[in-house]
Amino acid sequence: MVNEIKKPVLLTLVLLIICGLAYPVLMTGLSQAIFPEKANGSLIEVNGHAVGSKLVGQAFTDARFMKCRPSAYNYNTYTQADRDSGSYAGVASGSQNFGPTNPALAERVEKDLEEFLRNNPSVSKEDIPTDLLTASGSGLEPYISPAAAAIQIPAMAEATGLSKERLEAIVKRHTRGKFLGIFGGETVNVLMVNLDIAGELGLLQTSR
Amino acid sequence: MLEILLFLAVFIVVIFPTGKYLYHIATEQRTFADPVFDRLDNVIYRICGIDDEGMSWKRYAVALVATNAAMVFIGYLILRIQFIPWFNPNGIGSMEASLSFNTIISFMTNTNLQHYSGESGLSYLSQMLVIIYMMFTSAATGGAVVMAFVRGLSGTCRNMGNFYRDLVRNTTRVLLPLAIVVGLVLVSQGCPQNFSANVTVQTIEGKYQDIAMGPIASLVSIKHLGTNGGGFLGANSTTPLENPNVFTSMLEMLSMMLLPGAFVVMFGLMVRDRRRQKAEKEGRKEGIVLGSEAKPVFAVMFAIFLIGLAACYTSELAGNPRLEQVGLNQDMGSMEGKEVRFGIAQSATFTTVTTSFTTGTVNNMHDTLTPIGGMVPLINMMLNFVFGGEGVGLVNMLIYVILTVFVCGLMVGRTPEYLAKKIEGREMKLAALCIIIHPLLILGFSALAVAVPDGLAGITNPGPHGLTQVLYEYASSAANNGSGFEGLADNSLFWNVTAGLAMFFGRYLSIVIALAISSSLMLKQPVSESIGTLRTDTRTFTVSLFMVVVIIAALTFFPALVLGPLTEHMILWG
Repeated sequence: MVNEIKKPVLLTLVLLIICGLAYPVLMTGLSQAIFPEKANGSLIEVNGHAVGSKLVGQAFTDARFMKCRPSAYNYNTYTQADRDSGSYAGVASGSQNFGPTNPALAERVEKDLEEFLRNNPSVSKEDIPTDLLTASGSGLEPYISPAAAAIQIPAMAEATGLSKERLEAIVKRHTRGKFLGIFGGETVNVLMVNLDIAGELGLLQTSR
Repeated sequence: MLEILLFLAVFIVVIFPTGKYLYHIATEQRTFADPVFDRLDNVIYRICGIDDEGMSWKRYAVALVATNAAMVFIGYLILRIQFIPWFNPNGIGSMEASLSFNTIISFMTNTNLQHYSGESGLSYLSQMLVIIYMMFTSAATGGAVVMAFVRGLSGTCRNMGNFYRDLVRNTTRVLLPLAIVVGLVLVSQGCPQNFSANVTVQTIEGKYQDIAMGPIASLVSIKHLGTNGGGFLGANSTTPLENPNVFTSMLEMLSMMLLPGAFVVMFGLMVRDRRRQKAEKEGRKEGIVLGSEAKPVFAVMFAIFLIGLAACYTSELAGNPRLEQVGLNQDMGSMEGKEVRFGIAQSATFTTVTTSFTTGTVNNMHDTLTPIGGMVPLINMMLNFVFGGEGVGLVNMLIYVILTVFVCGLMVGRTPEYLAKKIEGREMKLAALCIIIHPLLILGFSALAVAVPDGLAGITNPGPHGLTQVLYEYASSAANNGSGFEGLADNSLFWNVTAGLAMFFGRYLSIVIALAISSSLMLKQPVSESIGTLRTDTRTFTVSLFMVVVIIAALTFFPALVLGPLTEHMILWG
C-alpha cells in the first residue's frame, strides 16, 4: 500500500524536474547559444536602442507612416498618458472576437472605412483589400498584404514628400512571397517599411 | 487547394515510420535509440522503485489516477504560490482559487482550455513547472492509455502492461526528443526562448510598446506534439511570437497530427492482420505498412477530416456578406480574426486540424469564423475521434468500432466478434456508457449555462452565435480540446467550475471505461473464425462504421447545431 503511494509521488517529482525544469533550461541554453538574436525576440535596434521587434506590429498614427491592421489591443503600443489613465492595462494579445453576425463588427469596419477614405482620398472604396480593415487574430501581426500596402502609397507620398517609386521600392524590399511559392500569403512587414521611411526622412537620428 | 493537398501528403508520409517506432515502444521491442534511453529510464525506474510487473486494468487505472492526482496537487500548489521571485521577472501575482482549479484540471486532462491570459496570468515558473510539465505528462498519460487499450485487444498479452513504465517511456522516448528538435526549429524561425522580463521599446513615433518574452518555444513545441494546445500568450499560435511564419504554422500542424496519426498505424501493427496471418501460414514474411484492421479506422477518420476541411475552407473563402454590405470587398475571404501571413487555406486547415486532432491551439480566432466555418471545429469536438487527442482519440474510435460490430451483427444475424473476441452484454453496456457521457456533458452543461444568469453572463455575441459560444466551450471541455470561442467571458466561478467538471469527467470516465472494456475482451477465450464471423477489415465494414458514427452524431447534436451555427448561417446569407 505504501508502495502504491510512493511510486506515483516519486515519479511525479522526477518528471517535474526533467520536463518542467531541465527541459526548458536546456532549451534556453541551446537557443541562446545557437540563435541568440531570434531567441531574444528579434528586436530591432537603432543607435543602440530597441525600437520594436521584427515580428510584432505597431499602431502607427503619423500620416507619413504605413498603417497596420486594426488591433484589439492596439499592438500593446501606448503613451505614458494611456498607462496613467489605465487605458493600457499591460501586455496582451487577441482579437475583439466579434462573431460574423455581430453588429459591432460591421460598425467598426464602417467607421474605419470612412476614416481610411478620408485619409486616402484618391482610393475608391471597392479597391480596399479586406485584410487592411479586418483585425488579425493576434492583434500583433506586423504584416499586411501587398495590395493593402500599395493602396496606402499615394497618400504616404504626399505626406512624406518621397516619390511613389521610392516608397514602392521600400515596400518591395520588405515584401515576402509565399513560402516555396505555394504556402500561405504574401506579406509586407509594415514596421520594417516604416523604419526605412523614417530613415529616409532623417527621423531616426533626431528622435534619439 | 494545392497547398492543402501537399501538406496532407507530408502527413501521410511521416505517420508510418513514427507508427512503427511507437509499436516498438508499446511492445518493448528494440529500437535504434535504446542505448541512450535505457540508461535514462533505468535511473528513473530505480529512483521511483518501478518494476516491470504487468497490471490488471484496475491496477492500471488506479496507478493512472494516483499519478495524475499527485501532479494536480503539486501543480495547484505552484499556481497558488507563483508570486515568489523565482523565474518571475514580470512580477506576476498568485492565481485565484477557482481559476487555479480550472487551470490545473484543464492541463492535467490534456484539454488546455485557458480562462487566463498567459502574458498577465502566469509567471515563467508556472509556465514551466505547471504548463510545460503537464503538457508532457498528460500527453504521455494519453499515450499510455492507448498502448494499454490496444494491448488488451491485441490477443497476445495477458495484462495491460505497467502504467509507470508506459508513462516514462512515452515521455522520454517519444515526447522529449521530438520536443527538443521541434523547439529548436521554432527558435530558428523567430520563436523567443529566454528567461528575460518583457521588453519595453520606444517606437519611432515616440510611444512605448511592450513585447512579451519568456521560454516560449519550449512550450510551443510540446503544446503541439502532445496535442495540448494551451498557448504561452493569450492569442496562442495566432501570435507571431508563437508562430512566426507559414512554415512554423505547418510544422505546428504536423506536430499535432504526428502522434494521433501514428497511433492508428501502431494499432494496425499490434493487432492481428489477415495478410500477415496468411503469409505466416505459407511460411512467408510479409511487410505490413498499415495493418488490415487499421484501414477502416483510418479511412473513416480521414474521410470525416476531409469533409470538415472542405466545408471550413469554402465557407471562409466565401467571406462575410455583412462586411460586403458595408462596402468592404470580400475577395480575400473572411479575414476578420485571421493572419495575413497564413491566409484562408492555412487558417482553415489549422482550424480543422486543431479540433479533429483535439489539440486546441489556434492560428486564427475561432469566434470570428463564419457560421459553417465555426461549425466544423464544433462537430469535430462533438465527434471526438477524428484522429483525436494524443492516444484517446483512437480509443474513442475503437469504442465506435465495437458498437458498429454489434449493430452490424444484429442486422445480418452474425455473432458480434471483434479481433476474435466475442462482444457481449458487459462490453456493450460499457461502450454505450462511454459514448453517452460525451453528449451528456456537452448538452447538459450547455442547457444549464443558458438557464442560469451566471451562465448567460458569459455570452458576448448576440443571437444564435451566443449559443454557439456556449456549446463550443463545453464541447471543447468534454473533448479535452481546449480551443475556445474566445469572446466568452469565461473567467467566473460558474464557468471555471462547470468547464472544469466537464473536462474532468470527459477525460477520466472515458479512460477508465475504455480500459475496462479492453481488459474484458483480453480475458476472453479467442473464438476461431467461421462463416458466421463478420469481418471488420472490409470496405463494407468501413462504410458501416462511417454511417454509424454519422447517425449517432446527427441524432445527438443536430438539434443544437440547428439552433446555433445553422440559424446564424441562415441569418447571414438569408
